Amino acid sequence: MSGGTLYDKVWDRHAVTELPTGQTQLFVGLHLIHEVTSPQAFGMLEERDMEVAYPELTHATVDHIVPTADQSRPYADDAAERMMAELEENVHDAGIEFSDPESGNQGIVHVIGPEQGLTQPGKTIVCGDSHTSTHGAFGALAFGIGTSQIRDVLATGTIAMEKKDVRKIEVTGELPDGVGAKDVILEIIRRLGTDGGVGYVYEYAGGAIESLDMEGRMSICNMSIEGGARAGYVNPDETTYEWLQETEYFREHPEKFDELKPYWESIRSDDDAEYDDVVTIDGSELEPVVTWGTTPGQGVGVTQPIPAPEDLPADKADTARRAQEHMRVEPGETMDGYPIDVAFLGSCTNARLPDLRRAAGIVEGREVHPDVRAMVVPGSQRVARAAEEEGLRETFEAAGFDWRNAGCSMCLGMNEDQLEGDEACASSSNRNFVGRQGSKDGRTVLMNPRMVAAAAVEGEVTDVRDLETAEVVADD
Amino acid sequence: MTDSDGPAETVERVSGSGIPVRGNDIDTDQIIPARFMKVVTFDGLGQFSFFDQRFDDDDNEKDHPMNEDRFRDASVMVVNANFGCGSSREHAPQALVRWGIDAIIGESFAEIFAGNCLALGVPTVTGDAETVEAIQDWVDEHPDGDIDVDVAAETVTYGDTTVDVTVDDAQRKALVEGVWDTTALMKANAGEVEKTAASLPYVDTA
Repeated sequence: MSGGTLYDKVWDRHAVTELPTGQTQLFVGLHLIHEVTSPQAFGMLEERDMEVAYPELTHATVDHIVPTADQSRPYADDAAERMMAELEENVHDAGIEFSDPESGNQGIVHVIGPEQGLTQPGKTIVCGDSHTSTHGAFGALAFGIGTSQIRDVLATGTIAMEKKDVRKIEVTGELPDGVGAKDVILEIIRRLGTDGGVGYVYEYAGGAIESLDMEGRMSICNMSIEGGARAGYVNPDETTYEWLQETEYFREHPEKFDELKPYWESIRSDDDAEYDDVVTIDGSELEPVVTWGTTPGQGVGVTQPIPAPEDLPADKADTARRAQEHMRVEPGETMDGYPIDVAFLGSCTNARLPDLRRAAGIVEGREVHPDVRAMVVPGSQRVARAAEEEGLRETFEAAGFDWRNAGCSMCLGMNEDQLEGDEACASSSNRNFVGRQGSKDGRTVLMNPRMVAAAAVEGEVTDVRDLETAEVVADD
Repeated sequence: MTDSDGPAETVERVSGSGIPVRGNDIDTDQIIPARFMKVVTFDGLGQFSFFDQRFDDDDNEKDHPMNEDRFRDASVMVVNANFGCGSSREHAPQALVRWGIDAIIGESFAEIFAGNCLALGVPTVTGDAETVEAIQDWVDEHPDGDIDVDVAAETVTYGDTTVDVTVDDAQRKALVEGVWDTTALMKANAGEVEKTAASLPYVDTA
């Protein structure tokens, strides 16, 4: 008998029963909530006179609408203030722990879950946010849900789901200098398409993945959804365990670590696990990848020519043509040299401490180009504090970056951090959709954090491998 | 049903005139831009459906089927591949439903979007590219013509034509048997849920 995947094992451990629809009722081990997608769910609960079933397995923070400049209350934006007040009331009434700005633990939900030790291998984790796939980096089964499903989870601690297929994506070899996790995931999406993962959960494996730090694995799992896969994961290993051991939770509860580790080991995919599909990518051949279009699948190596729409599969040609018109790029050109107006270093994809360290290594001793406004939005208050202690804030500010408070910020432009007009943005975030960063004429170029730093100082998309890295950091 | 809410509705078929919204990879940021999500209820979202595709900076109407009078009463949207990709925001289908959409026919749908539609009782049925484009063309010619989406039989009928489409098994069962509102259904299994929780090493049970 062949073995199982992590997905099979975690699924089986959490399956409560089969529903009349044929779906499985799956137990939820951690429910993360934020201010944008939860208020309607609490409203639905109230209408039905239901209580939160497992408040102790639920954790809240505020990230999407929170201002990253002036955070004094009431917020300047009435709508934001109303959403924050609603969340405060809901979590208070239900007895849900809240990492609010006063706690010093606030941040992007997919940054705070891991750093607080809430995210663990073998848990089922849901959140009303598609980038919940991030938590798969720890070997959790984690996926985004809609508001009606949030209601289900609040009311029952469970969710109705159909089991998916598993595709193993093996990234072999050693990533070349200057190539990081973000480049790997952009390349995966470029090859498999934005809908290639529909119906699949992605298991990321192979030497290039195993040698990544946890933050790199999070960047990869984070963008699974951009490839159409609702969840993606990496099997837990020593890198995972060492990272977890350093979290406050496990430092305070070392006995929990010892108690849980056998479970974590038990849910790893077996060597003889069967996969529904296997894709192999040679990591040693990659170069920094940037997007030229308006979907995350429209990426290209920074020195490679932008493809002609007619050379793409028929179903991609129209979208590509529209995207090239919007971005004002021509087939045959490279993205190297594409002028930018804004540099955004932030988001649940790339705003953790090592991301900021890597970018700082490029920024150190250089200045932001005079035509560029550049900002750093740390992923959480804890990340911000750690970065400040290391002197990274100083490095960024000395170079002319704006250093802001934690939040989703310009990744989706729900607070005041937005593109204006047709500004072009070098962004470490995850989506380059038209209008995503707050202006419908805005142009987003996705890239890794070091590439964002390089673009900020050069005023154009720049191959970071051509710049010398300062000593403040180890390389990717 | 198991709850005081009374029996959930069944959605065996949806009939109404159509509206074609063409293009692959139409993401939820297009369906409802994030700035309209600064709300604590879903009420009133309908007017913001595809807002930036429908209006320019000065609020002048742009070319978009949702701006055309002939499609104003449509209840069946016909789309292409990977519709609803991107964010998990239920605001997207909520906005479409509030605009008047009761069913969507497409080549393919992003998973979270389709799940959100199901939670609202909105079928997302799929056909191949040719089938879908033929329906879109027909709707363009017959904006007042009825499209009949038969969820149980997995067919779409327009004019004299009936074509086979696919409805995901769980979705079909849920809609046809009226069990798409899963809260009450799952709440009834609270005892089993407790047992599962107790079996997990990371859940501290009192």
